[in-house]
Amino acid sequence: MRTPPGVSAADFEIAVRQFEAAVGKDWVFTSDADVDLYRDAYSPYWGEPEEKIASAAVAPSSVEEVQAVVRIANRYKIPLYPISTGKNLGYGGSAPVYSGSVVLDLKRMNRVLEVDEKQAYCVVEPGVSYFDLYRHLQERKIRLWPDVPDPGWGSVMGNALDRGAGYTSFQFRNHFDAHCGMEVVLANGEVVRTGMGAMPNAKTWQMYKSGFGPYVDGIFSQSNFGVVTKMGFWLMPEPETYLRGVIGVPRYEDLTPLIEIMTHLENTKVFPGYPDLASPLLGVPTLAGLHHFLVNGPPQRDAEYGALLQRGAPPQDYEPYGRKHKLPFWSLGLTFYGPENVVRAQWEHAKDRFRKAIPGATFEDREFFKLPLSEEQKGKLEYPAMLGIPNLRTFAIGARSPLNPNNPSSGHMWFSPIIPRTGEAVLEANEVFRAASRELGLQTLTAFSLPVPCWERSFIFITAFSVFRDPAVNKKNRDAFRRLVEIAAEHGWGEYRTATSFYDDVMRVYSFNDHSLLHLHETIKDAVDPNGILSAGRYGIWPKHLRRG
Amino acid sequence: MKIWLSGLAATCFCAAASGADAPTLALGAQVFEKWCMPCHAHGDQFPGTVALGVKYQNKLPGALQDRTDLAPDLVKAVVRTGVSVMPFFRKTEVSDTELDALAAYLAEPKKK
Repeated sequence: MRTPPGVSAADFEIAVRQFEAAVGKDWVFTSDADVDLYRDAYSPYWGEPEEKIASAAVAPSSVEEVQAVVRIANRYKIPLYPISTGKNLGYGGSAPVYSGSVVLDLKRMNRVLEVDEKQAYCVVEPGVSYFDLYRHLQERKIRLWPDVPDPGWGSVMGNALDRGAGYTSFQFRNHFDAHCGMEVVLANGEVVRTGMGAMPNAKTWQMYKSGFGPYVDGIFSQSNFGVVTKMGFWLMPEPETYLRGVIGVPRYEDLTPLIEIMTHLENTKVFPGYPDLASPLLGVPTLAGLHHFLVNGPPQRDAEYGALLQRGAPPQDYEPYGRKHKLPFWSLGLTFYGPENVVRAQWEHAKDRFRKAIPGATFEDREFFKLPLSEEQKGKLEYPAMLGIPNLRTFAIGARSPLNPNNPSSGHMWFSPIIPRTGEAVLEANEVFRAASRELGLQTLTAFSLPVPCWERSFIFITAFSVFRDPAVNKKNRDAFRRLVEIAAEHGWGEYRTATSFYDDVMRVYSFNDHSLLHLHETIKDAVDPNGILSAGRYGIWPKHLRRG
Repeated sequence: MKIWLSGLAATCFCAAASGADAPTLALGAQVFEKWCMPCHAHGDQFPGTVALGVKYQNKLPGALQDRTDLAPDLVKAVVRTGVSVMPFFRKTEVSDTELDALAAYLAEPKKK
């Protein structure tokens, strides 16, 4: 049996017996074979001495069992690492940040506790995946949509606590912002309910977010201050219809007005759905076309296009080719939800705005459905997540495919800085990261990168790194990743989230006033978890006894 | 749900070749539907199906349900060790009992 650092074998033996008494012998895992299932399958340190490995795992099935486990861990100062579904692959999996921690596996807490169709909310436990919630709603014919991220097997709660994003209407796409009320087990075993849930017999726990006094929910996201055991979420009532229109514009310089109008239309709620930026000319896919791109690569072009690629032509040099072949330089998909006459009027208004501002703009009615969808219609959707339907299509990235028949990866990690929501910022980020990629020897599939516009005031400029079972390749990519974090910071861009291996690197660049924000995190950590048992190192927050410098 | 299960169980019982009983095969079908189909269902939108089609150059079907050569031990090993971008699954996700049932289900020829 492996032993956590700083804990005697005798104490750990006693603690394990007590864990078994608390949750049942079947749900305490100590054999190497069982504990190895808690490795991060996408670890960029796989098989190297620095890979983070658990010492054991404990899987409670209720809040009371979580309390019991936490109290035992607190008594023996055993590091715990809570996970929900353990499928945060690419941003960390089921492995702890601090090697030797005991994973607190909450997957067995998998109940959808409540759904209120009229008030459009649900309450879930940590082990509920997007697939589970979707199935729960569908089986009961509840006409509410979850807002789902790319990995449908992810935890509804875990994704929100990691501040993930999705693809339906604006008020649901920021998963943390869409929550309403949480229940947390603190390091001493005490249960706290936030917002209106702090009242016994609360009638509005999932209807009013902030309750009375300081709004503390945020400190339990991207942190290690407690074990969240319940969360409420606002869900999207199924609209009457779904419409997606696509705008095409012909010139490189059209990107700036395209994004400016898009942002104004979004902020004035003319279109509520996910805006889908792409470049048909440069082969940068839409979200809806991402799976096809990942499987088949960019579209095949003729020799003239090949010559542009060959000489590493800057993006604007492709413009004449686009004009000649009637390929829009940029495209933008807009998604509308609502009664048919409303969505059609919104789309008409959006078309007017782009038509007046950008000469040569083209328009296509791409998808229109009356809801609810039939099973046959679900199979035809360009990207199901835009209608709240979970899937795993993104996992084509790095997988064996016609594009990549011989060298499938063993996973991926995401470099995800936030940049301003402007065309100028997109062009600057391309310039900066293209130059950095050349310097670092990183390959890119297209001549340009477009950002993810999931939130209303910013873009995520995402780059995927493949992970292999090859330490030399992984080291090169880790070094490049760390350099990109620094380069981004030099330009005022910081990551919104990162894989566990890079927590300290990213936290280090949030350094205003001599790292005063990190010092505040540490002050809170010491107050709410004085023995430092919960998720040591998560998001760069270390307990006092493990802090360096 | 109960009606669906008993119908499926009867179908599987008729086809059973591995010696697995009907409830085991019904459980295996449920595990497959929940845990495997999001990546391995029929169609080109499923990364696992695409990957296997390319791997075997279409000499074997890409969709797992169409395979007739899946030895139970192979299925169990892949679920517990992963392959390429497919991660391994913990026992809190797919228990040993469920994994045995899944392996038995995939070893059975399916009615198309």
